[in-house]
Amino acid sequence: MSEFILEMRNITKTFPGVKALDNVSFRVRRGEIHALVGENGAGKSTLMRVLSGVYPYGTYDGQIFFEGRECRFHDISESERVGLVIIHQELALIPFLSIAENLFLGNERAKNGIIHWNEAIAQAKELLNRVGLHESPQTLIADIGVGKQQLVEIAKALAKKVKLLILDEPTASLNETDSDKLLSLLLQLKEHGISSILISHKLNEVSRVADSITILRDGTTIETIDCRKEVVDEDRIIRGMVGRDLTHRFPPRHAKIGEVIFEVRDWNVYHPLHADRKVSDNISFYVRRGEVVGLSGLMGAGRTELAMSIFGHSYGVRISGKVFRHGKEVDVSTIEKAIQNGIAYVTEDRKAYGLILIKSVKDNITLTNLSSVSHRGVLNEPREIRAVMEYRERLNIKCSSILQETVNLSGGNQQKVVLSKWLFANPEILILDEPTRGIDVGAKYEIYSLINQLAEQGKAIVLISSELPEILGMCDRIYIMREGKLIGEMPSSEASQEAIMKCIMTQ
Amino acid sequence: MKTLLSLLRNNLREYGMLIALVVIMVFFQFVTNGILLRPVNITNLVLQNSYVIVMALGMLLIIVSGWIDLSVGSVAAFVGAVAAVLMVKSGLHWGLTMLICLLVGALIGAWHGFWVAYVKIPAFIVTLAGMLIFRGLTLLILQGEAVGPFPIPFQRLSTGFIPDLFNIQGFHLTTMLIGILVVIALIFIDYRSRKNQQKYGFEVPPMYFFIVKNALIAGAVLGLSYLLASYKGFPNVLVVMAILIVFFAFISSQTVIGRRIYAMGGNEKAARLSGVNTSRLLFMTFVNMGVLAALAGMIVAARLNTATPKAGVGFELDVIAACFIGGASASGGIGTVIGAVVGAFVIGVMNNGMSILGIGIDWQQAIKGFVLLMAVFFDVYNKNKG
Repeated sequence: MSEFILEMRNITKTFPGVKALDNVSFRVRRGEIHALVGENGAGKSTLMRVLSGVYPYGTYDGQIFFEGRECRFHDISESERVGLVIIHQELALIPFLSIAENLFLGNERAKNGIIHWNEAIAQAKELLNRVGLHESPQTLIADIGVGKQQLVEIAKALAKKVKLLILDEPTASLNETDSDKLLSLLLQLKEHGISSILISHKLNEVSRVADSITILRDGTTIETIDCRKEVVDEDRIIRGMVGRDLTHRFPPRHAKIGEVIFEVRDWNVYHPLHADRKVSDNISFYVRRGEVVGLSGLMGAGRTELAMSIFGHSYGVRISGKVFRHGKEVDVSTIEKAIQNGIAYVTEDRKAYGLILIKSVKDNITLTNLSSVSHRGVLNEPREIRAVMEYRERLNIKCSSILQETVNLSGGNQQKVVLSKWLFANPEILILDEPTRGIDVGAKYEIYSLINQLAEQGKAIVLISSELPEILGMCDRIYIMREGKLIGEMPSSEASQEAIMKCIMTQ
Repeated sequence: MKTLLSLLRNNLREYGMLIALVVIMVFFQFVTNGILLRPVNITNLVLQNSYVIVMALGMLLIIVSGWIDLSVGSVAAFVGAVAAVLMVKSGLHWGLTMLICLLVGALIGAWHGFWVAYVKIPAFIVTLAGMLIFRGLTLLILQGEAVGPFPIPFQRLSTGFIPDLFNIQGFHLTTMLIGILVVIALIFIDYRSRKNQQKYGFEVPPMYFFIVKNALIAGAVLGLSYLLASYKGFPNVLVVMAILIVFFAFISSQTVIGRRIYAMGGNEKAARLSGVNTSRLLFMTFVNMGVLAALAGMIVAARLNTATPKAGVGFELDVIAACFIGGASASGGIGTVIGAVVGAFVIGVMNNGMSILGIGIDWQQAIKGFVLLMAVFFDVYNKNKG
């Protein structure tokens, strides 16, 4: 028997326009905890989706060997059958079913379609004991916290006779005690011969439990560190994660930074479902005329939530705090008012929140400000068409006609339509949430140039981005967020990838 | 050069149902030995279907918003009953009664709109409840009996015809003249929009297509006017209907409100994040539906000259079917007023033609159901291909 339980050889996966994985090789030893680290977008999740069959055999190049046999998974159920279970960051539990029902979902303890409840509950108790969760199997998932839900996920994997457990950011939404519990559970499972792959941004955890660490960057394997052979500290990992030449260029900007035009003070927001979870914790920040301010942090740090709660209270409950524009307090309690007060929010999820995909480029662009192309509620079509043509030219939107449905545009052009629609609202403060996510290098450059133009026109810009080079290359000043709090602020002249990462990662 | 065939194929989705309507009419004209297009029958066809079209205008906006209203039949019956009680039992003036009835319709729409838009209960449930509630209330206020007859001016809403200014024996010249004016207006509007599109470099169909299309439409309108003119002229209700169709076609395609309704139905979250007050908009859409259902209720009552507890049973199905046959999408964001009107006529002509042929209600329903399914299938098929 080979020493490796899993070998992925020369995996290449391309999406239209983007090479997400480029000739990646990845091996996991029997009975080890193998950490997979890298920045957002480095390809970790894509690699795991290839492994678990979410991207079926045939949609990628390369080979996968599990326990020495080549595997060609066509969906998740096939990979689970051989003992490969993935636990996603967003838990796949059904909130209004009990723990026991969730444990055996798709894997029911049944005969001829009729469930053996007694057997199911007895087995559930045993599984819960193994993961150290002392709850009745009949408790609803909705009634237990996220930490316990993670344990249920692991128990569910055990019920499927897991051999290799893959955890995608398992501790991202857990507090310290719950994280500790989870990590010791992984160590315990290792003793029982269950290997795991741990994807995590929390490098202190990684260096604590991992036996090997593989670093991915820009879709390629950088290195695999054997923790038993060398001493690994966080700096060592960070260097591997970010040590690169800048792969994209940033156009120069000649904006004059003026007075403060936008300020948020003591901003508090609670989670809409978990009533006592604060997603924005006493946040204060400001943006000056002509300034691009970065909001850095990992996924789940609460950046989008902060932005949306400011933009017309479109996220969260029990929102408190004050928003000032030119020193005067403004009301942002509805989206209409936020827009009237010169705020625009360009969403990170352009398909779900940004565009009306079944409608044309024209209809999408003018939606934010129909009153400027209408008279007493009646649309002035020539004026509307002229306006849209102008944006099409200015942002170089490639479409067959402005009447083309936006669903048929490429990602970069869709993003340009979303930006156009917000420019059309003529805002003074623009919050751009991951404006270059999932678009190609050329379109990225165009969007950076546009951001520069806007700053030069005297607008205030907040740039939310998970890509550190982008933050460093584009911003004048950087705020750093973690777990709903602003934990740092630095001018970009003093900032470096290492400095930001360190600020995020060190507790 | 583009062949006529490829042009037709490209426009099949837009004109498909219109072509189907013509085919259905030709078919029934043939099998009924010409009864379908007789002046009397055409007049009847209009009178019988007016309420479906009136309600389809409101229903279309609701379906475009992404919802549905199952209560319209019951609401129409309820408003008819209110009208009957006010005029027949309380002796209220017919004009005042009509105003009150429209207001009652608006309030009922507001009731549904409140639960759907602000409390966020799915419209299917809210209006299913409304369907039961207002059917029950209809029975209650009529005390289970038919109430009538109505004052003559009220009856004219459904049974009257527009006055003739010329008094030529056997031919309603006013009707014919209006028909000609309408044709001129239609051609003018279409020509202007074509010029506008060309000005902005949009691709327009070739000239001969424009001519053929307008010739067909002109022929249809003039033919209809001629047929009606050789009977009693345009019915009042046709005039009401035509005004409403023009109004809603305008609202849906040329106004801010219309644009926002389509945006809301296409992606509610994106529309809301673009500053559209989706709750208020949805609420208003339901209020509008209530008013139109009230108008339809009065048209039905006036036509039968009584308000009965059983009025309007099953209307909602014809109205909803008309919208879907006319190309509206059940998931919202797609559908046109003209499509819904064509859909209503498809259903109306089938009802009428099959009745003339003496086909029983059993087969009529089955055939209508099948046509609905095929129309939507045709739409889905076209979409997947395109």
